[in-house]
Amino acid sequence: MSARPTARPVGHKPPFWRDRAKRALIFQVLVVAAVAVFLLYIVGNTQQNLAARGITTGFGFLDNTAGFGIVQSLIDYSSQSTYGRTFFVGLLNTLLVGGLGVLAATIIGFVVGIARLSPNWLIAKLAAAYIETFRNIPLLLQIFFWYFAVLRTLPGARDSMSLGEVIFLNVRGLYLPKPLFESGFGLIPAAFLVAIVASIALLVWNKRRHEATGKRLPAYWIALLLLIGLPLLVLLATGVPITWDVPALGGFNFRGGVTVIPEFLALWLALSIYTASFIAEIVRSGIQAISHGQTEAAQALSLPRNLILRLVVVPQAMRVIIPPLTSQYLNLIKNSSLATAIGYPDLVSVFAGTTLNQTGQAIEVIAMTMAVYLTISLTVSMFMNWFNARVALVER
Amino acid sequence: MIHNKTMIDQRPAPKSTIGPMAWLRGNLFNGPVNTLFTLVGLYVLYLLVVPTVQWAIIDANWVGTTREDCTREGACWVFVKARFTQFIYGLYPRSELWRANIVFVGFFALIAWLAIPRLPLKRWVAVFALVVFPVIAYVLLHGGHFGLPRVPTHRWGGLMLTLLLASVGMIGALPIGIVLALGRRSSMPIVKSFSVVFIEFWRGVPLITVLFMASVMLPLFLPSDLSVDRLIRALIGITLFQSAYMAEVIRGGLQAIPRGQDEAAAALGMTYWKRMGLIVMPQALKMMIPGIVNTFISLFKDTTLVMIIGLFDLLGIVQAALSDSRWLGFSLEGYVFAAFVFWIFCFSMSRYSQYLERRLNTGHKR
Repeated sequence: MSARPTARPVGHKPPFWRDRAKRALIFQVLVVAAVAVFLLYIVGNTQQNLAARGITTGFGFLDNTAGFGIVQSLIDYSSQSTYGRTFFVGLLNTLLVGGLGVLAATIIGFVVGIARLSPNWLIAKLAAAYIETFRNIPLLLQIFFWYFAVLRTLPGARDSMSLGEVIFLNVRGLYLPKPLFESGFGLIPAAFLVAIVASIALLVWNKRRHEATGKRLPAYWIALLLLIGLPLLVLLATGVPITWDVPALGGFNFRGGVTVIPEFLALWLALSIYTASFIAEIVRSGIQAISHGQTEAAQALSLPRNLILRLVVVPQAMRVIIPPLTSQYLNLIKNSSLATAIGYPDLVSVFAGTTLNQTGQAIEVIAMTMAVYLTISLTVSMFMNWFNARVALVER
Repeated sequence: MIHNKTMIDQRPAPKSTIGPMAWLRGNLFNGPVNTLFTLVGLYVLYLLVVPTVQWAIIDANWVGTTREDCTREGACWVFVKARFTQFIYGLYPRSELWRANIVFVGFFALIAWLAIPRLPLKRWVAVFALVVFPVIAYVLLHGGHFGLPRVPTHRWGGLMLTLLLASVGMIGALPIGIVLALGRRSSMPIVKSFSVVFIEFWRGVPLITVLFMASVMLPLFLPSDLSVDRLIRALIGITLFQSAYMAEVIRGGLQAIPRGQDEAAAALGMTYWKRMGLIVMPQALKMMIPGIVNTFISLFKDTTLVMIIGLFDLLGIVQAALSDSRWLGFSLEGYVFAAFVFWIFCFSMSRYSQYLERRLNTGHKR
């Protein structure tokens, strides 16, 4: 046996570079110092460069007149509006295409994802082909395809394609009839609200009754009937207080109705189709993650098929599906910034593009743009963390 | 041993479960709903495939050099043929293409060596590919040394630029990503919070704003006498962006290694860097490869965005060729070609990553 290590004399401290806590402290101080030096260097250079170019910093430019038009705007906007207003126009356009994209991508994605698991060989292979095709082609290329190769080659206004002479599609965009609400229409949203409240009450009552007596009504179907039927009933009772403003060809272009610009259509189509291919894979893996034993156990309890899906498979699959699903939604919203390549007036296009070029306020404009995306991302990931914590499996 | 001498003779499987007819019945026509689905699916397939084949192959124009040679109804592949060199090399001087070709061959040879499991010396080849080869590629492509004429970066383009952007972004992001991932898992609060802020910042913004920032703001950040090439600016942006995603992949790999490994190494008296470099990282890196390949696929697709700041990658050069007045109206052919090239690359990479995932499934997964 070797000699035992000699005991350290009492009161002797190791040198500070062998002390973990002190070493960590020194290292962190060094990191902070390095970052500070780097930031100071950048700030110094930036100030010099800005001074040399005669650019004044600050957000005062937001009150100046923008002087350029925007082809699609959800709020009142003219070329006399301020740069601050262009920011909001761009933001709303981003949210519009993002929101509608999320909706369409979810629907397509779930349908394709479930079809991918279909026992029908042909349907499963078609879904797989969809997924493998669209997810392996760059999104920008898909946007260009829809815009330049499809929508830009449509016929002109005079030879528009039409659906029942109310919906028209041509090179200038998609023309839809616009509902005009007459007096008395307010009752319909009210009826819808009543239906929502009644449905919730019904579901709660049904659940309580089920727990107390074991009896249950087909509450979801009744609720659905309420949600559709009640507003419809009110609509008919009040004599349908809607007229439709149908687009009509006048001169060289269509008048009336709602115009969906081709830039929006191309971006929306490409975003939905591209993201749906990822969502489909998420849905597939989520459903496959539920072991077959779960279904079999539920069958052994003689639960009917719809209840097995609703009470056993879907809640567990959702736990797997929702986190990657939200990150796909975030990707979709971030990817909507590709709008700038085809000139859809989103935030990056009108604000980080046109406004930046006109004002030269690079730092402020890029910072504001990034802040918007960061806010959206962080909000959604905060929601996701909350959700994960709520649905996480409690392991014993 | 039990010998059962009284076995009855084997009988063939029932007719209804074997053969193509049974397969059809079992997979396509079991029940009225499935039959309906199959018929609808067949109709959709018919609507998609027949016109596509007609356009792309049967009625297509394959021979010729100018647009006048495209006389038939279908696709005009003459356009792609005439522009092929540009699509691959951009505006790289024709007399110097051999340099680009050497880099291409070396690039694919290295990738093949690393990807095929049987080939030996993986570690040395990887070091060569990550450290030495980029230098060789730069010297060859850029020139200016050893009697090679200089080729300025604005003449680089096409598929070459796409591969270059993706690979350099990847190789540059790897070390930064490792540092960030270790930082995020560190117990030092300041280091940890810096890493978290850095990662979440780059992951929270779209690549296009990063590229705008790189092209507009980077010149402001640097001394005014230092001008940075446009390609380098794009590369800096892509690398920073990619490093955040890489850090998350690496963190995932690190988390998959049981704590006991690190603790056992610490019990043997290893220092932090030895523990990480000899025990944790080698195990974690292996598990990360599928994730790394997946981020590489998204990076590869995302490089198309550089055309927005004026670089001519594969999509950029196709887009530029479409506005050539001699070849107007062939956008479909151009996009289909570009899509096909991207698809081949991405699809084979994703298949490879799936194959790796199966192969590397060595029991770490719970």
